[in-house]
This record gives sequence, structure tokens and C-alpha cells, in this order.
Amino acid sequence: MSEAAAIHAQAPRPMEGIRVYNVKLGMWVFLLSEVMFFSGLIGAYIILRFANPEQWAAPGEVLNVPLTAFNTFMLICSSVTMVKAFAAIEHGDQAGLKKWLLATIVLGAAFVGIQIFEYIKLAEHGFVPVASQYAAGGGPLYGSTFYTMTGFHGAHVSIGVLCLIFTLVKALRGHYTEEYFSGVEIMGLYWHFVDLVWIILFTIVYLI
Amino acid sequence: MAHKKPNYYLVWLYLLILTIAEVAVAFVSGLPFQVLVFILLGLALWKAALVAMYYMHLRFEPPRLVLLVLAPIPLAILFAIVVVTMEVF
Repeated sequence: MSEAAAIHAQAPRPMEGIRVYNVKLGMWVFLLSEVMFFSGLIGAYIILRFANPEQWAAPGEVLNVPLTAFNTFMLICSSVTMVKAFAAIEHGDQAGLKKWLLATIVLGAAFVGIQIFEYIKLAEHGFVPVASQYAAGGGPLYGSTFYTMTGFHGAHVSIGVLCLIFTLVKALRGHYTEEYFSGVEIMGLYWHFVDLVWIILFTIVYLI
Repeated sequence: MAHKKPNYYLVWLYLLILTIAEVAVAFVSGLPFQVLVFILLGLALWKAALVAMYYMHLRFEPPRLVLLVLAPIPLAILFAIVVVTMEVF
């Protein structure tokens, strides 16, 4: 191992004052900026919806709630597998890390796959983001706000899956150790945050 | 770092039960809309708090990081109140 690589593989030291290592603090600050991003979208949704109640159909009338409830379940499961991957490498369990990361990737990809299937089915029934082509229950604002919110979340999951594949490749090369696992930890923070956002969005978009 | 590991499967079970409860409340309870929204948002925030505390390990982080994360919450609540009461003013 070269000297640079040896330094790189050292456990990150907690910063003075806040007592969290800097990569983790950076991820938390990024996630807080994501809170603002989704708060803006949810705020716009509430205003548009209560100003135009006639544009919204009753929950379950247009959207397929059982399918999405199942998808929510898959995302919750992927959070467990992610946290198990982190718990594994914390104890230096390389095989466990790879196994649980792979499971998280499969569940995350399945979530995106089901969402695409859902979009196709909804579009077939005339539920589209384009106002002039909207033909389902409710009005065009329903379609455009739905696709904006779930679409941005789906993009976050997709990016998360790509980052997980990157993390798995590094894990397969033996990059992470019992002392050096910050990459897995901050990957987990992002992944759980995406799960957390979906918990809120599922309630607001599908159930209310 | 040196903390007792929470039971991740138990948290998963909690999340599953709360999700089923949400769908049940939304579709079979027949409660008035305002009560429904109140309960559903409560359940969603409960689930979100479980994920943040146990999966994101916020319960086991130094107090200053927790403070950093919790500081915007009152602002978010204020934001929600302003949006919801917009018609009143």
C-alpha cells in the first residue's frame, strides 16, 4: 500500500467541538438542504391543493394505493438491509457488508421499477403531467404536482442506487475495514433520508 | 460510536405496523377529513422520527449534531401554520 493510500484508509477523526467527523457532518448539512428542497415542494402542493380542491380526486380513486403501499414496504425493508450492512462492517464482517449492500441495491432498484410500472399504468388511464392531455379524475394540477413530487423522490432513489453500486464495488475491492467505514455510514444516512422523505410523501400524496 | 445496538428488526416491525395503520385509517375508518389529516400526519411524523433516531443513529450522536438537525423543525412548523392559515389572514 502506498503512503497516500495508507493515510486514506485511516479512521476519520472526529472534529473538535461538534465531535463528529467532517464527512458525516457534510452529509448531514446536505440532507438539511434536502429538507428545504422537499419542504418547498410540499408547501407548493398544499397551497395549490387547497386553492383548487375541485382538481383533486379522492385518495385511491386515480392512484393505485395498494401497489404503492407495497412499494413503501419495500423501501422500509431496504432501510433495514442498509443498516445491517453498516452494522456488519462496524464489526469487520466483509461478507455481511457485501450481502446486505447487494440486498439494498436489489430492493432500491425494485422500488424504481415498480414506480415506472405505476407511471405507465397511470399514463394509460390519462393521468399525465401535461395539462392539455390530462384525461383522468380531478384536474391537470393533480397530475403535475403528483409527478413533480414522486418524480423528484424517484430521482433521489435512482441516484441512491447508483451510489450504492459504487459503494458495493469499493466493498468488493476490500476498501472498507473495521476502522474505516465512513463511506458506508454516509451512504446509509442518504439512503435512510430518502426513505424518510417517502414516508412523508406517501402520506401526503396518496392517503390524504 | 460505542453504544448498544438498537434492535433494527424491531424498528422495521414498528414501521410496518404504522404503515398498515395509516392505510387502514385512510380507507376504512370513515373519520371526518380534519381528524384524518391530523392522525395521518401524526403517524407519518412518528415513522420519520423512528427512521431518524434508530436507522440514522441520531439518538446516539453528540448533542451538538442533534441540535443542528432539530433547529429547523420549529421553523418548519411555523411554515406549515402560515400555509394552512393563509386564507384566514
